[in-house]
Amino acid sequence: MKGGSITIDVDGRKKTVRLTRAHLEEDAGKSLHESFRDLTGIDLNRAGTPLLEIVSEPDMRSAQEAAAYARVLHKLIVEDIQICDGNMQEGSFRCDANVSVRPAGSDTLGTRCEIKNLNSFRFLERAIEFEARRQIGILEDGGKIVQETRLYDAERDETRSMRTKEEAHDYRYFPDPDLLPLEVSDKWIEEIRSSMPESLEAKRRRYVSEYGLSLDTALQLTSARDKAEFFEKSVRATDIKLFPKIAEDIANSTLGVLMSRANDEGLELSRIPITPQQHAKLRERVADGTVSTSIAKEILDAMWAGERDPDSIIAKRGLKQISDSGELERFCDQVIAGNAQQVADYRSGKEKAFNSLVGQVMKLTQGKANPQQVTEILKRKLSGR
Amino acid sequence: MHNATLKSLSASLSARAFSSVELTRHFVNRINQLNPKYNCFITLDPERSLKQAEAADRMRSAGRGQPLTGIPIAQKDIFCAQGWLTTCGSKILSNFTSPYDAHVVERLNAAGAVTLGKTNMDEFAMGSSSETSYYGPVRNPWDVDKVPGGSSGGSAAAVAARLAPSAIGTDTGGSIRQPAALSGICGLKPTYGVVSRYGMIAFASSLDQGGPLGRSAEDLALLLNVMAGFDPRDSTSLEREWEDYTRELGKAVKGLKIGLPEEFFAKGAAPDVVRAVETAVGEFRKLGCETVEVGLPNMKLSVPVYYVLAPAEASSNLARYDGVRYGYRAPEYADLPDMYKKSRAQGFGPEVKRRILIGTYVLSHGYYDAYYIQAQRVRRLIARDFAEVFKRCDVIMGPTSPTTAFRIGEKMGDPVQMYLNDIYTTPANLAGLPGLSIPCGFDGKGLPVGLQMIGNYFGEAKMLGIAHQFQQATDWHQRMPPGIQ
Repeated sequence: MKGGSITIDVDGRKKTVRLTRAHLEEDAGKSLHESFRDLTGIDLNRAGTPLLEIVSEPDMRSAQEAAAYARVLHKLIVEDIQICDGNMQEGSFRCDANVSVRPAGSDTLGTRCEIKNLNSFRFLERAIEFEARRQIGILEDGGKIVQETRLYDAERDETRSMRTKEEAHDYRYFPDPDLLPLEVSDKWIEEIRSSMPESLEAKRRRYVSEYGLSLDTALQLTSARDKAEFFEKSVRATDIKLFPKIAEDIANSTLGVLMSRANDEGLELSRIPITPQQHAKLRERVADGTVSTSIAKEILDAMWAGERDPDSIIAKRGLKQISDSGELERFCDQVIAGNAQQVADYRSGKEKAFNSLVGQVMKLTQGKANPQQVTEILKRKLSGR
Repeated sequence: MHNATLKSLSASLSARAFSSVELTRHFVNRINQLNPKYNCFITLDPERSLKQAEAADRMRSAGRGQPLTGIPIAQKDIFCAQGWLTTCGSKILSNFTSPYDAHVVERLNAAGAVTLGKTNMDEFAMGSSSETSYYGPVRNPWDVDKVPGGSSGGSAAAVAARLAPSAIGTDTGGSIRQPAALSGICGLKPTYGVVSRYGMIAFASSLDQGGPLGRSAEDLALLLNVMAGFDPRDSTSLEREWEDYTRELGKAVKGLKIGLPEEFFAKGAAPDVVRAVETAVGEFRKLGCETVEVGLPNMKLSVPVYYVLAPAEASSNLARYDGVRYGYRAPEYADLPDMYKKSRAQGFGPEVKRRILIGTYVLSHGYYDAYYIQAQRVRRLIARDFAEVFKRCDVIMGPTSPTTAFRIGEKMGDPVQMYLNDIYTTPANLAGLPGLSIPCGFDGKGLPVGLQMIGNYFGEAKMLGIAHQFQQATDWHQRMPPGIQ
């Protein structure tokens, strides 16, 4: 595969890194030097597994940019297309960094050295920084850079020569007669394209256009796949025609109460005890006025604790919001009669006293009164009409 | 018993004239008696063979007998067979017991065939005389001072000496057809991709192809029926409908067009060989075939092209023998690179080393384009020559080998002379075409001459039919080496 690009963000500046190509290889074994005193262990467990190499153009200008690029790529592969667990320590994702330096103002790239098998973003940055300093030192002393492959020693924070270009010629690559040319049909490409998971970037755009979310909310939802998935499954379980604004409420609830509880318990959203469908039903009950937002929190606690269905929780605990105006009028009358001081304060212009009266009604109804209706009724009654 | 064809052995087993155990024991006895003279086998395991024979007898009793059930087959020691020492004729694999079966072996086992033993061969199939084996040279049953051809020389000599009814081998540049010719038996290299290379120790992957060796075209057809078939573990295995390779055995050859390439009858071939082949062609004319003169102008480049490509692929394939995971490891070494070097230096013989060096050289930077790429281009020209020729004829005929069997040691000092022995056989490998060799006469010293037939892609059934008709009219394939009863 040839072409493509990746956008990175370094200190708020956006930058595009062009991709040269991506190709498939087979992973080889790896040598283990630790815990084999004076010996080399060979781990062949990875041998033969597919390896995707993605080669970029020389578009990055600092170690920070390289690390930002690697991070974007890592996220893309691990979260977006989900073809790799991304475990860097085990070498599932690793980088080879080609480093060259040039005098300020020059527009020709210097001779490069390749640093192999960097297995953390931090090492990638440090190795590039060391290598750049090494090359600058050589050039300032009037020396020349020899194109070669180098290894980064994290313990000593330095790079060391592994093999020079001359030896690289001894690779003797030739077309493997056991690997026949593959005919990739347009149909196959289309099949794969249509079975690809939607990228987080595409989701972000869609959340804004399809669900009318703010860009900021959409960004938060698509910062990780589990959030986006929980949100989307919840929205899909609701009738969006009946509740046109429910997507925003679901987004807020996902990012707010659910995320914070999940974080508290160290769970991913896909593992919490509430399903997106149950979550959706609860938000519908808020949207249709069955329960208030604050009662909804109480129901959520019960759901989290194992009582799965919000409707049966509402029924069992009698949490249905009181929206019957006759009933609410009686509660309001009771509060007005019992709080002469606050009524007088309000009538004399102290707005704060009104909130206290609303609070009294809510208390009396154990939070079940529809707060909007209560406000309307109290205002009407207190204005003397 | 040891002179019967597969078909009649199969009929006798089916009729309970004798059991597979009796048949196998008969061949084991012959091998015990005669193998010291010919050195056809590297490994024998009569106990294991007889167990297979017992199982085969049970298969037949249970009514599950197939044509090859209970028939002992000798296997070239290039095929991995589970539990069998599998050496490829090399010291570097002299301690390698295969943990798995090659596809061909799986199929033979499933058909109930009995593994009679693993046959001697040129080391890693590199040779035309079966002299480069770590286990010593194979001797030609027609004259024990002569080579049986190679690299499947152990398989060919075993069939010729009636130590096995049939055998399997591999052909990278003629390694089935040339020993068949020099040992006076029949051998077929199928179209590339017809027989799976899985578990067949790789020499030159784009050229290697397994095939049968036997005493008649009919026997080859019966064996190929079991050997051929798609195998997803070999990426070059062809996914095709199963075909019955015996289906054209009864077909008359009248009106068939035989192409005679002038290059096959040029100066290089010994007069005795040309005479025998021409006599055989005359026999085909008598059967009603027509002959046409054809040309393969690029054929003369086959040997140089072959000796660039085959070593290039071999140098890559043989890189795996490093003494680390399996195979021979030098007993003493200083460090890891030294262990590699010493294991390979001690484990490979001189011909294998020569080819690794040639292959390494032609693939190295600066020479790759001039040798490897150029050879690939010429390879395409050779294939194109054949495509042109097959527009004008059904099958090509000529000698299998320019000479009859030569003296043991005669060409060991001169690799180029040895390589030139492959001049008529390498073109079919380079083009991926099927090639067949059948006995067609003798030279003045009584050594057998092989007639080679090259067919178009997937022409095996047709070629076997043509050969069968020839063998109905002649008896060259029934002649026995002197002293064999």
